[in-house]
Amino acid sequence: MSGTLKPRDAKDVEAAVQWAVAEGKALELVGQGSKRALGRPAQTDMTLDLSRLSGVTLYEPEELVLSAKAGTPLAEIEALVAAKGQQLAFEPMDYEPILGGAAGRGTIGGALAANLSGPRRIKAGAARDHFLGMTAVSGRGETFKSGGRVVKNVTGYDLCKLIAGSWGTLAAMTEVTIKTLPRPETEKTLLIHRLEPARAVEAMTAAMGSSCDVSGAAHLPAAVAARLPVGGVARAGTAVTALRLEGVAPSVEHRRLTLQALMQPYGELTSVGEVVSRALWRAVRDAIPFAAGPGGAQPPLWRISTAPTRGAELTALVARRSPAQAQMLYDWAGGLIWLALDPCDDGGAALVRGAVAATGGHATLIRAPAALRAAVDVFEPQAAAVAALTKRVKDNFDPKGVLNPGRMWAGV
Amino acid sequence: MSVVMPQPDEAVLARRDRIVTALSAIVPGEGVIAAEREMRPYETDGLTAYRQLPMVVVLPATTEQVSRVLAFCHTEGIKVVPRGAGTSLSGGALPLVDGVLLGMAKFNRIREIDYDNRVAVVEPGVTNLAVTQAVEQAGFYYAPDPSSQIACTIGGNVAENSGGVHCLKYGMTTNNVLGCEMVLMTGEIVRVGGKHLDAGGYDLLGIIAGSEGLLGVVTEVTVRLLKKPECARAVLVGFSSSEDAGECVSKIIGAGIIPGGMEMMDRPAIHAVEEFVHAGYPLDVEALLIVELDGPQAEVDHLIARVETIAKSCRAMTCRVSASEDERLLFWAGRKAAFPAVGRISPDYYCMDGTIPRARLPQVLKRMRELSEQYGLAVANVFHAGDGNLHPLILYDANKPGELERTEAFGADILKLCVEVGGVLTGEHGVGVEKRDLMPVMFSEADLAQQQRLKCAFDDKGLLNPGKVFPTLHRCAELGRLHVHAGKVAFPNIPRF
Repeated sequence: MSGTLKPRDAKDVEAAVQWAVAEGKALELVGQGSKRALGRPAQTDMTLDLSRLSGVTLYEPEELVLSAKAGTPLAEIEALVAAKGQQLAFEPMDYEPILGGAAGRGTIGGALAANLSGPRRIKAGAARDHFLGMTAVSGRGETFKSGGRVVKNVTGYDLCKLIAGSWGTLAAMTEVTIKTLPRPETEKTLLIHRLEPARAVEAMTAAMGSSCDVSGAAHLPAAVAARLPVGGVARAGTAVTALRLEGVAPSVEHRRLTLQALMQPYGELTSVGEVVSRALWRAVRDAIPFAAGPGGAQPPLWRISTAPTRGAELTALVARRSPAQAQMLYDWAGGLIWLALDPCDDGGAALVRGAVAATGGHATLIRAPAALRAAVDVFEPQAAAVAALTKRVKDNFDPKGVLNPGRMWAGV
Repeated sequence: MSVVMPQPDEAVLARRDRIVTALSAIVPGEGVIAAEREMRPYETDGLTAYRQLPMVVVLPATTEQVSRVLAFCHTEGIKVVPRGAGTSLSGGALPLVDGVLLGMAKFNRIREIDYDNRVAVVEPGVTNLAVTQAVEQAGFYYAPDPSSQIACTIGGNVAENSGGVHCLKYGMTTNNVLGCEMVLMTGEIVRVGGKHLDAGGYDLLGIIAGSEGLLGVVTEVTVRLLKKPECARAVLVGFSSSEDAGECVSKIIGAGIIPGGMEMMDRPAIHAVEEFVHAGYPLDVEALLIVELDGPQAEVDHLIARVETIAKSCRAMTCRVSASEDERLLFWAGRKAAFPAVGRISPDYYCMDGTIPRARLPQVLKRMRELSEQYGLAVANVFHAGDGNLHPLILYDANKPGELERTEAFGADILKLCVEVGGVLTGEHGVGVEKRDLMPVMFSEADLAQQQRLKCAFDDKGLLNPGKVFPTLHRCAELGRLHVHAGKVAFPNIPRF
């Protein structure tokens, strides 16, 4: 049996999962399907499309909270909060450009299930840090809730954290509550030109260690910077190290001057104002230099999280051992690396896993053909004790393996 | 004690001597305490109304010892209660008569300070304040700052997901830890996270934070360090009503300002504090607000001016901006001494901890005054106004028969009220034993069952800190039983494509 179930409400979701449990069927959970090509290809019998569970149910800007049904489009939520001068501070990235889809889709449930974040991760956290409460249906077909509708709460286990980044393998969210925060009044970005990655990481480390409250620190080698859809930055033709400052205007200007003095020894400096800065960080957020061309080649793309100061070392390890071309974009002050490799048999898995083992952290194969994603680990392989614990957690939420089985690891 | 703890295991108690001997072999020297007199300091924590001597106290010094102690207890079916500094305000470290009290105080070293990656790797017995003290010369600090920060430990902070006055802007413990090493009840050692951001798989660190010692024993924590803001200034604003003060808080946040700290006190709290600390608080106001802005000088000056304007538009009776660092600290000295100040005017006080949607504050305070009259017990309120976390302090005298019981009933009514208006039972102190039996006010049976299933993944025999958080204990086998709705599911009614 195959096909799509489109529940109208939370009750329908519960019924669908109960049916799957009774019939031994596996469900593929989707919102708008914007991240469908990410993860291990799931072997499922039926698609559970949650996009009809849509609508903001509560928004109190002064309480900093918003509740919405899980299938509510993220774009709708972002527009609503923007109208009140607020934002989702975790700056959720859009995977679609690099996965070959149309930008701007995705639901709030998907954003949380994938624990999305962006350049501001270094200051404001990821989706997990802004996820306050939820109602969900477990793989047992039981509705449960966790958390609450207030920003400060320690009542019971924080199951929201566990669901964030579980890629739909533990529960189907039906309604969620998130924290909203004021949108910075303005922003500016300081650019340092022509740095080698190792030197750029040093500069970003110094910037992050200052009291300038940097809310984005990225480095783009020249070839990668050239592919930015941000004329003013791409045309410079140089490697670019970008440092973002956000806040009220007098503060941003004050910090720009301080940061400029601090960065003087590193190289040639320029700065860009609000409009260019916003476009730049949006492109960095979505790893746009690695966007899939229309029908064009989509070389394997990795997303690697490591200790910031190990970032350049990690890529140097990869570059030294890679027989082919490797291109990188560094975000999170060096702690997040987008790595595009020329196509090869294992998508570069052995190379990348080896480098991550040396520096610490974890790597995810974000983009690769389905056959490759089935053949090599997409998510970082776990140590035995953690893998066993992960499996027990899965079994306690979804004992029959009906929710996105195998999306993260085989058997989970 | 009005709370029922799990039935003691007579078979375990009967072989106490053998257990003590076996534990002494794992943790030699003075690491095992079995004499009643020496166990006395461990019989209670910050919630002193509850007391219980443990079966034995064990103070391991290495991860390997923790692992072996837990493996032994797992095999033998012995309950274990972990303890940091014992400052829990919810009875999280209350011992069990048939349980091992596992004290983590010997894990007191800071293992590594890595300024370039802005992290410190510390053992769980290091105090919260010690982390900041170790890095402040370099201009860094550790952001979560619970009031007990002189004494409370990082391990306990992780267990309770501790907050503090600055967590509206800087987050709770869960937002400020990156990794940990933890020993499971089986003795298995797991490492989660590290110096990098986000987990590679399930966010296990996210559930360990705030798990109140029910999932594992943390033996190392990697915490984030932040650069100290350039400067901080505070405004002290008095209002003739809590409504005005509440409106001011809403307008500040509505204007897009997230202060480093925003605290409110009601009249009884203001008077108790002023008498004690002489912070210069106005005594003719009903509500007092401290708003602190931190950051670069230019930003702080700019925002302070805006806060002043907002305060005046909310009918502030008094408004004072700190003119010096000494004055700023004086503003805070009063708030920080609120608990001991109340302690001076009453033989005992009971500190509550609920969170409410801030807009409901006037309604909650009004109802609290009614309850105060009904129970014949005075109450003073301090309030983390930015995030809606309320700390009512109920004044009572434990030596008066029945007064503690009345206090607990009053407290329970306050917490039920918090849930009723859309809030929660605890904002930062944890459930522990104190609010355990109130959990059904907030959660259904299905909600609690799913939480307990998570515990089963970590602790299949339910040996780690049982009797805390959950009002009813279920066996994992019972929780795992799956109710299959074969043939009865309304599946055909769901739209299909």
